[in-house]
This record gives sequence, C-alpha cells and structure tokens, in this order.
Amino acid sequence: MADTRTTGIPAKVTQGAKSKGGIGESTLRPDGTLKVTGEFAYSSDMWHEDMLWGQILRSTVAHAEIVSIDTSEALATAGVHAVLTHEDLPAAKNYGMEYQDTPVLAYGKVRHHGEPVALVAADHPETARRAAAKIRIEYRELPLITDEASALAPDAILVHEDRGDHHAGHVTHPNIVHRQPIIRGNAAEAAKRADVIVTGEYTFGMQDQAFLGPESGLAVPAEDGGIDLYVATQWLHSDLKQIAPCLGLPEEKVRMTMAGVGGAFGGREDISMQILASVLALRTGKPVKMVYNRYESFFGHVHRHPAKLHYEHGATKDGKLTHMKCKIVLDGGAYMSSTPSVVGNAASLSVGPYVVDDVEIEAIGLYTNNPPCGAMRGFGAVQACFAYEAQMDKLAAKLGMDPVEFRQKNAMEQGTIMPTGQPVDSPAPVAELLRRVKARPMPPERQWESSEGADVRALPGGLSNTTHGEGVVRGVGYAVGIKNVGFSEGFDDYSTAKIRLEVINGEAVATVHTAAAEVGQGGVTIHAQIARTELGVQQVTIHPADTQVGSAGSTSAGRQTYMTGGAIKNSCSLVREKVLEIGRRKFGSYHPAWASAELLLEGGKVVTDGGEALASLVDVLEDEAVEIEEEWRHRPTQPFDLVTGQGNGHVQYAFAAHRAVVEVDTELGLVKVIELACAQDVGKAINPLSVIGQIQGGTTQGLGVAVMEEIIVDPKTAKVKNPSFTDYLIPTLLDTPTIPVDYLELADPNAPYGVRGIGEAPTLSSTPAVLAAIRNATGLELNKTPVRPEHLTGT
Amino acid sequence: MRVNFTVNGRPQEADDVWEGESLLYVLRERMGLPGSKNACEQGECGSCTVRLDGVPVCACLVAAGQAEGRDVVTVEGLADYAKQRAEHGGCGTGACGTPGGTSLQDAQQWQAKPLDSQTGEGGELSPIQQAFIDAGAVQCGFCTPGLLVAADEMLERNPSPSDADIREALSGNLCRCTGYEKIMDAVRLAAARQSETAPSQGA
Repeated sequence: MADTRTTGIPAKVTQGAKSKGGIGESTLRPDGTLKVTGEFAYSSDMWHEDMLWGQILRSTVAHAEIVSIDTSEALATAGVHAVLTHEDLPAAKNYGMEYQDTPVLAYGKVRHHGEPVALVAADHPETARRAAAKIRIEYRELPLITDEASALAPDAILVHEDRGDHHAGHVTHPNIVHRQPIIRGNAAEAAKRADVIVTGEYTFGMQDQAFLGPESGLAVPAEDGGIDLYVATQWLHSDLKQIAPCLGLPEEKVRMTMAGVGGAFGGREDISMQILASVLALRTGKPVKMVYNRYESFFGHVHRHPAKLHYEHGATKDGKLTHMKCKIVLDGGAYMSSTPSVVGNAASLSVGPYVVDDVEIEAIGLYTNNPPCGAMRGFGAVQACFAYEAQMDKLAAKLGMDPVEFRQKNAMEQGTIMPTGQPVDSPAPVAELLRRVKARPMPPERQWESSEGADVRALPGGLSNTTHGEGVVRGVGYAVGIKNVGFSEGFDDYSTAKIRLEVINGEAVATVHTAAAEVGQGGVTIHAQIARTELGVQQVTIHPADTQVGSAGSTSAGRQTYMTGGAIKNSCSLVREKVLEIGRRKFGSYHPAWASAELLLEGGKVVTDGGEALASLVDVLEDEAVEIEEEWRHRPTQPFDLVTGQGNGHVQYAFAAHRAVVEVDTELGLVKVIELACAQDVGKAINPLSVIGQIQGGTTQGLGVAVMEEIIVDPKTAKVKNPSFTDYLIPTLLDTPTIPVDYLELADPNAPYGVRGIGEAPTLSSTPAVLAAIRNATGLELNKTPVRPEHLTGT
Repeated sequence: MRVNFTVNGRPQEADDVWEGESLLYVLRERMGLPGSKNACEQGECGSCTVRLDGVPVCACLVAAGQAEGRDVVTVEGLADYAKQRAEHGGCGTGACGTPGGTSLQDAQQWQAKPLDSQTGEGGELSPIQQAFIDAGAVQCGFCTPGLLVAADEMLERNPSPSDADIREALSGNLCRCTGYEKIMDAVRLAAARQSETAPSQGA
C-alpha cells in the first residue's frame, strides 16, 4: 500500500451496531456492482421501443418580447413528429418550486438567455436538433436588468410585472424577490466599544453544480391517459406537484420512478425536462427520451447565486468581536426558484459560527435577466462564509493576533444565541475543529524535489513546466463555517418510510420503500444499515424510489440521513411493536419475559435486553407480513420575522473547518493547492466511508470556486459565455490535493442516532481557507472568487 | 452506413449509422451498451473512455466510421478483459495499451459474459472494479466507467504507479462527487492487490 494515504476509517465503532452491516459500519454500496459494470441504469440510459427524441429550442437573447414563432419548416422535416410552442401546452403554463413563475415554454417574453421556447420530437436526436434550428423566432429586445443598480433604478423595467407571490407585499422594489433583515442588539452603539473596525466588499462568482450526468429521462404515455416518467431528480413529490397541473392530469396519473442519478448538488431540485418530455409524449402518443448535452445542461438548471457582500466588523483590542453589519445581495436571475430560502439562509447564517450580540443584517435576492439561480450545496451559507472569514483574517491581522486564536476566542458553542434569537442547543465544537486542523503536521516543504530534479507535476503550472520552484511561495489559511441542516423557516419538513418485514425462503427479510432520491450520497446504503440495526435482520431489500409511497422530501439541505433515516428508524420501531404483538399472542404464555417492554430484535430473533433469545422472527411471523408506512417530522421551526429577523428558524447546525496549504507561482499567478485538511462534527457516522467521501467531495467543490469555477455572464448582453467543460473548469485529479479528514461524533440529542447533516458544511469553509492561504502567500487582498492568475500578477 | 467492428471480443455490425454518429452513440444507442457515459460530448470529461485497439480514447470524439475493423473494449467487457490478461500473465494478450495495441487475434481470445441485468451479479469483477467498490470510490458513479477503463489501462502499463503517476494518468477523467481521494485509494488498492497476486515478472 502506498504510504501517502492520508484518510483513515476509524478502527473502532463505539456504539450502535447490533447486527452485521448495521449503523456505524462502513458497509459497501448496494448499487456498487451495477455501477462498476456499467449496468446501472441512469436517466440518460433509458430506452423504449419506438421512442422519439425530444429537443428544446432555447432563447438566444436574454430579455425580449416574442413577436412571432414560425414552426412550419421544422414541422416539414422528415422524421419530425411534433413541434410545439406555448400555444400547444395542455394546461397550466407555469411551474416553480416555491412559486409558479417559470414558463414551461416562454410566452409573451423571454427573461433570460437559454429559456425554453419551443419543442421538437423526432426519430433521431440529430433530426430533432436540426429541426429545432429551423424554427424561426422573431424577438423585440428589451432593456436588461443585470445587477443591483439596474434592478433597483427608479425607472427600472420589471422582470415580472404582475407578481402574485407572498413576498411581493414586503419587498421594497418589485425586482427584489425577497428581503430578510435581522436586527439584534444595537450595532451602532456596540461599534463605539470597538478598538478596530474593518470593512470589506466581497464578490462571489456564479457556480455551476456541474453534475456529470446530464438532465435526461423518458416519458411513456400510458393507456389510461396518464404518463409514466423515469427521471433523475432530488425530490420526486415536489416534481409531481409541479408536473401534474402542467399536464392537466391528476397526480395519480403521473407515475414517477427514480432513474439513476448522475450527481445533483442542488441542480436537480428544480424541474428540468420532466414537463417538456411529458408534453411531447402525450402529444405524440409515443415514448419520448430527452437528454441534454453539456452545453444545454449549463442552461438547463439553476446555479449558485452570485453575490456581492458588504461587511463591517469591530473588535476590542483583546480580540472580542463587538458588532457586525452586513448587506448581502444575491442575484436570483429571471425566475424565483428557491431564492427566498437562499436569502433566509444567507441572512441568518451571515454572522458565521461566532458570538456577536449586536448585529444589523440585510440580505436581498434580485430578479434580473441573468440565468436563474437556486439551490446548490451550501445554499446561501457559502457566499456569507467566504466574506465573514475574510473579515476574520483582516481583524486578526489588524489586532496582531493569530487568525486561529482570534476565531477561537469568538467561537460559538452550545448555548450561544444566534442573531435570530435561536439558541444553539446541541454541540457546536467550533474552537475544537479549528484546533484539530491547526495541530495537523504540515505537508513537507519543497515536495516537488526528487532525486531526478523537480517533478513539475507537484508544482504550480504542473505539466506545463512553467517553474522548477523559482518564484514559488507557500501560504497557509484557515476557515470555519456554519450551515443549517434541513428545511427551515416553518416549512413542514417530513419524510415517509414504508417498511415490510416477512419471511422469504426461511429467512426474515425487510423491505425499505421510500421516495428518497439516491443521488450518489449513499442513502441506499444507510437505509439498509438502519433497517438491519432496528429489525435485527441481515437481508434488506431497497425498493426503487417512486411516487407510490409518500414524500421523502428533498435530497438536499443535508437532511436525508436525518429525515429519511429518521423515518425508516421510526417505521421500523412500529414494525417491531407489531412483531412483538404477534409474538406475545403466539408465545406469550411460554415465557414471562414476553411481558417485558424491553424486547429487541437482534440476529433474526426476539431477544430480551439481557440477550436471552425468546423466538426466531421466522417462527413469530410464519407467513404473516408486517408492513407500516408512516410519516416522520423533525421538530417544528418558525419563520423569521420580516422586520427583526427573529425566530427559531433552523432545525440543526453543522460545522466544518479547513486548513489550506497552497503554493503560488507569484510570477505567473498560478496556484497549486497542496493540502486541504478538514475537521467536521458529524454527530454520528452511520457509514464512516460515506461520511469521508461526502466531506472530501464537498471540500473539492469549494476548492473549485476558490481557484477556477465561474459561469461568466456578459454584463452587456446577459448571455452565458462559457457553457462547456472546456471553458467552465472544475477540479481534475491534478488540481485536487490530498484531503485529510478528521471527524468528531458529538451526538445531537434531537436527531435520530445523534446524526448531523454532513454534505454541505465542508463546501463552506473550503473556499475561504484556500483564499486565505493565497492571501498569506501573496499579501494580496483578493476579495473575489475565483482567484484568477491576473488577480495575482496584477496584469 | 454499416460499421463492422469488435466490441468486447464479439464481432458486431451496426446498420443505418448516420455518418455524423460517434462511436459513443453507436455503443449506447445501437449496441445496447450504455455503460460508457455521455457527460460532455467534447472530450473534456473522460466519462466515455473506451479502449480502441488497446488505446484509451474518448468515444464521443471517435466517429463511428473510424471504428471500422477495429477492436473496442468498454466497461461492460472490462472484467473479462482483465481476466484474460491475468491468465495470459502480464501483457500476455498483447493488449497493453501501447500504440498499436491489441491485435485482433489476441482480442478475440476472450469474450465478455453477460451479467444479470437486475443485480449485476453473475460476473467476476476485475481488480480495479472491486477496488472502486471496496475503497468507496463510487458515489453517483457516472464517471466510474470511464475512470475504470482508464485506470485499468494505466495499471497495465504501470503496475506500481506513484501518486503523481495516478494523478497524471487519470487527470482527463472528471469526477464531481468524490474529491478524488477515494479514487486514489482505489487505484492504490488495485495496484497493491495486483502486486500481491501477480507472479513475479521481469517488468
């Protein structure tokens, strides 16, 4: 084994696992074999006899009235079965997750570059593409709203003229989607106590989820007039609620089944091709497959909100924060998507994992003619973390303090009151996480040197062979962040699990049926682990996720292990009660222990808490099956007050810290990240291998934002300039350093097994840690993501 | 047009192929082999990596017609390909990824066996496939087929790669889920297992 392995799996599991393959073990993915053999069916692999291929024609301009659409030439193309515009839509013309402001196909106007305008179905994808190119659309261009200034100008054209959403009433301008202030204490008064005050303007670029599996799926018209849909999504039931009205069908006639999902990261929370493929299928009476290519994928889903953040912090000379004021402007683009929730997150987490009693916070989300933005891993907390962590370094520098010590001095802990007035009521080991990343040994200096000279692969510039170490400077940076887990602000957030226990071929087998989206995170692995632990069985079948069972909620917000894990645990315990009832009925008279309330299911048997076996599950159940479908909720939350921002809005918080070590070729402005160490509290690692995988993956997406990733929108045209993997760069194996992971398991007493959502927190602190390291190496201020070579060389 | 070529050891012919179709399209949509993935269609992501006469290529950049008379190995045939290689000892098939690659005769000494389409079971996995599962290198799995083909080819050329070698060899394969650490682990694991089981070789 190579000696450079830096990631470890804890040797010992301290609690939980009662049967083999239960919680706390690194059991392997049940879909692993299918995925390594190429047999796993992703949404783009769906195939049906006689199927057609769907193709979307998208707008070439960002803001315009549609004067006319001429489909005649496209319709006349051999092999084309249908060409549709908004006039052909069967029912509701708009959809949307929080508010239905997004047209299925544009009518009246287009509001962003790449908006769907027309549809083609043909017998070959190339035929469909060529026919779509023959559709003639005449646009009359309108003035563009591209930023805060143009959106809020007194004579600004309105992106949406007749808003009917529930935020419209409280915003200060109709081009503001949502505004969330938070006022606590008296920031102006507290500022007088400050010995130092620092301010900063920060710019966060638009990030793409860049999941590798493009938007795709298959819609099959059914004999009952309904439709069977095989798609990749993060939330089947949210899709269903939006799709059915647009097809004019009752929900029970839209039967959705999860197809294999090639990554998500927030980008599949909104609808993409679901309605469009269904409309074509209903119209043609044939199955329709639709697959975006990469270019189209960049237009086919919402992105991470780009943001401008203005911060002011004060501190006393002994290093205590006095106050914080901030204004965060998030560009939501042309349609609402989840912008209001992103605004709520950015505002409520804008202070970071620090104790600050006196704050003045304002976050707004804009409607513009830029690409729509919505959910992406970290969801509003990412942008804020980039800014407040830069501020922490500035303050520490101004005070002459160590940046880690300064953070530790102000770190929140259990019991801290958030700016929203909500107490942090479970472990918050912020100082400890920082201590752990700092205590880690440093990677060796000049690690590019070898007996044969410089190995350029270990240097900035890599195989471009731009330096052998000349001009290369090392820098080290730290950051820590706070992310909420689960759906917040009073949302009725629940999941549903249907559990069946029965004897098959002489063995007790559990079936777990949920609608939870497996997007790669390993939900299917832990669902089986939980069932084994709770029901004491070995064999667990994971039923495909579909809409024949109740909603699982979204695979997002770090919530699925908590929520669907919690629902499975809950339904399993109800199944256990029924099994014990049957056992008592059959065998109660043979052994007094059956009357005990402390009976467990372990190793295929009913056992006492002392470990005595009373009966096998096979004997208890015989040919009887026990099945329970039940909803499960986390504790309720409250909306944030629209004036003061006060309210117990969040369910749980997650914390991660990073230390970045970078080497910068200061002459060419090239950065190589050498190591990106992470420490995170995970509450309880249900599957340690998956936990580490999530942390490393999240860390790498943060690294991407720091040094390479940005969707560039031309401010003059509002057009996307780099919709390809040639021009939008994501980290390769050569860009990604070793990512040592150190995790804590401090149980949250409110959560099932003490779990804490883990997927998002590492995406927060990764970016500012890398930025801090580059600042440390170069002495430059660097207030923008991503850092590009010209920012380092000044050229 | 008609294209005749060998896929995973079996002679195949594809009819009615439009001249603009890629090898990837023909494999996925005409041969019923969707294991090779289409993620960017412009050779940037490596998800469609297959071996063409032994050489790893992005199947999306190869015109179907260019495959005429040639030998293609996809992820679906990887396990048998690796097994044949192991049985012939090291580079015994001659399919060792050097330009020029596999001779047709060598390639046809082995045949891919179908797997159970529901469970994927019934076939033996290649060392690199097993290592990807064991090391946790698979999350969404969309990059996995291309990475497996590329990593297997690298290990064939370089049975004990350094970390820098692995990073360089697999830098053309994007993964968005894992942060690559578990992929590094998997390749190291496969190399280590291979060195434990392989008979001592001169090279």
